[in-house]
Amino acid sequence: MSAAPATLPRWVDLALLPLLNLALALAITALLMLATGNDPIVALTALAVGSLGSADAIGYTLYYATNMAFTGLAVAVAFQGGLFNIGAEGQATMAGLGVALVALNLEALPAALLVPMAMLGGAGLGAGCAAIPGWLQARRGSHIVITTIMFNFLAASLLVYLVVNVLIAPGSMSPETRRFAAAADLPLLSSLGLPSSAPVNLALLLALLAAAAVWLLVWRTPWGYGLRVMGQSTEVARYAGIDQERTTILVMALSGALASGVAVNELLGAQHRLLLGFTGGYGFTGIAVALMGHNHPAGVLLAALLFGALTQGGAELAFEVPDVPSEIVVLIQGLVILFAGALGNMLRPALLRVMGRAGR
Amino acid sequence: MPPDTVAPAIELRGIDKRFGMVQACRGVDLVVRRGEIHGIVGENGAGKSTLMAILHGFYQADAGDILVHGTPAIIRDSRDAIRLGIEMVHQHFMLVDRLTVLENVLLGAEGGARLAPGAARAVAELARLGDAYGMRVDPHAHIEDLPVGAQQRVEILKALYRGAEILILDEPTGVLTPQEADDLFRVLRALRDRGCTVLLITHKLREIMAVTDRVSVMRAGRMVAHRDTAATSVAELGELMIGRRLAAPPPRPAPRSGPALLEARGLTVRDAAGMERVKGIDLVLRGGEVLGIAGVAGNGQGELLEALAGMRIPSAGEIRLHGRVVFPGRGFNPAALRRQGFAHVPEDRLRSGLLRQASAADTAILGYQNDPAYRGRLGLLSPDGITAHGARLMRDHDVRPGDPALRSALLSGGNQQKLILAREIERDPAVLLVGQPTRGVDIGGIDAIHQRLLACRAAGKAVLVVSVELDEILALADRILVMFEGRFMGELTAAEASEQRLGLLMTGVTQDALT
Repeated sequence: MSAAPATLPRWVDLALLPLLNLALALAITALLMLATGNDPIVALTALAVGSLGSADAIGYTLYYATNMAFTGLAVAVAFQGGLFNIGAEGQATMAGLGVALVALNLEALPAALLVPMAMLGGAGLGAGCAAIPGWLQARRGSHIVITTIMFNFLAASLLVYLVVNVLIAPGSMSPETRRFAAAADLPLLSSLGLPSSAPVNLALLLALLAAAAVWLLVWRTPWGYGLRVMGQSTEVARYAGIDQERTTILVMALSGALASGVAVNELLGAQHRLLLGFTGGYGFTGIAVALMGHNHPAGVLLAALLFGALTQGGAELAFEVPDVPSEIVVLIQGLVILFAGALGNMLRPALLRVMGRAGR
Repeated sequence: MPPDTVAPAIELRGIDKRFGMVQACRGVDLVVRRGEIHGIVGENGAGKSTLMAILHGFYQADAGDILVHGTPAIIRDSRDAIRLGIEMVHQHFMLVDRLTVLENVLLGAEGGARLAPGAARAVAELARLGDAYGMRVDPHAHIEDLPVGAQQRVEILKALYRGAEILILDEPTGVLTPQEADDLFRVLRALRDRGCTVLLITHKLREIMAVTDRVSVMRAGRMVAHRDTAATSVAELGELMIGRRLAAPPPRPAPRSGPALLEARGLTVRDAAGMERVKGIDLVLRGGEVLGIAGVAGNGQGELLEALAGMRIPSAGEIRLHGRVVFPGRGFNPAALRRQGFAHVPEDRLRSGLLRQASAADTAILGYQNDPAYRGRLGLLSPDGITAHGARLMRDHDVRPGDPALRSALLSGGNQQKLILAREIERDPAVLLVGQPTRGVDIGGIDAIHQRLLACRAAGKAVLVVSVELDEILALADRILVMFEGRFMGELTAAEASEQRLGLLMTGVTQDALT
């Protein structure tokens, strides 16, 4: 019999506990570095400076964080409805196709039309790629986890086929399309005065807007209330008369549309062409980001920032301290996920005891 | 044998147990003699389940001593209890549905790395136990294929196979028909005659009178009386349980039979597995009356209620609300029915009726979340409005504690039920369906809920009550339909109904055979 979980003050739950978990993950990393003969102070300093130490570093951190914010939101919003969307990677892939098809075919349009339409094209294909598993779950009972995983493979294969055989730039040896028209370029933040050479662009603001919109939709509308009821219990949702089939399909479409932000940030913001592998595993990192962010938009943004910093800092670390194996960054990410996600409540009982004593 | 020369099977001295603010047991003393059937009665929350959980190692007492066969015992977990020969048959069976009887009996008592020798021993032992106590069960039958009564026998056999000398049964007759209950009592007497000690926990006083040798009464965590069953009566036990004389129910005014508000014709409903659970029933519910549907749990009442509420699509038949056909038809769903003055308190509030992890205020708008009353600026949900609504509802309906921010799961069962009932009657519905109005609600709460339902009746609403508690049906209903295997066995008016007549109908005896 599990006793009802006792309550901690909100700031402990939302701030102190995650920070302690992060510290624990870094401490274990330090031990592993000691064990492999590296100086943990030097390495962790390189990680910190590399991710936050300069305007360029911060720019890159934000650039990576943008991708993770989009996929984190995608996973989180579906999870509020009790749906585990493993397919953000494939949805972002399909969104890339949508972005490219619009950008390559309507390049005569002015930027003010071309950019929004490219975004819509991406969001449409991303949403479709997620809504089909949603439909299969709602109407046919096919488990969403299985179908979204399978759609990752479908999307990846389709993109390889189309880019290599159909969309490839004439005469090119590498599998990528020709450059989009300049009108499709999203403004870099550096062009708006940020002193950074990083490709961080307007998509960052879009991610912030998306987070606010998700919060409003899920916590401030009757539809969002119904979504959360469904996420807590399908039985209660049935009693309350919530149309679960419709909600499932809609929230999956929304999730896929959010994942399409990766394509906007990468293709319109940085690469300016469609190329293979641009999704870079962000769809899967998004699962960890959502988990760590407690499936709440604010938490997702913070977790995305952390994972963005780890990605950028890790690249710098491998550059600055060549003795540190590059896998160490993956290791740190894994430990963060382990402590902040899977073992997220490990320190709770101890904190409860300490706080309880202090409160008495 | 004279009771005082043999150490009692179980002796409890001064048992205390506290959960947070709640003192579940205080200074409980209990002596259970060897080879007797000892009943423990008390209202919900009187502490009897906690006491049995302490005896079975589920909880540890804060203070007090446990003696088993005269020897002080420390029971830290159920393994300790089993070692001492104490076994428990839970209200909800602890059986693996897909395994056979034999496999269930062997679970945790496999007797070696290879199954076969242990299994052979178990088959022989099961046959011997079955013969000795008159409860033969095919060891190779799958649990899911057995009727409930047989499943319960498997639980008892499992306990005996593991060497139980003291058997605790928690509300064992809740899921049984009266006949199956009689069979159970026969088995319990056989167990007693062969030296087993039986502890029977129940709130049904009639069973206590029928089968026990002695009885102990608990109230508010204390042991308030011990009696020889032969020297007491249902009336005395009832007073001891509640702590005051049972007031006669206030006389009800005759029903003002209003218009037919809800009608069902030829309604057939299948469950999720495709089994036909409601078999072509007809039903008319009028304004100003309470219609009771009685029956042993699992005879299709649940499916009927869900179908009438729009939660389950019937496979045949017709449903009319206010004379208009709502099924078959588009928009037959709970949300659309609610908009037509229909309200529903579900049978299982924890599974369906409330958002356990959300606040009481969130639970108080469940099903009505589209109501513009909860919107604020820009048409967005207004948290302040929802909280204020929750606070008002909790104040008006005496839901305690009246904190709308409290998580719904932390309210007591009675207060959860009051909150759900408040939500459903707040909008002044014409038709109110209520499943198991007072399941898991203590007596004070029962009375409040019954008064609310009778007030709805007086206000001209049509009220349908489904309950497995005959007392409740008799206290509330103007007309009573008895359901058995998906059909109505007969209809009685409140004046005609008695527990005996209803009991017979519940077992499938037709009304014609009664007259």
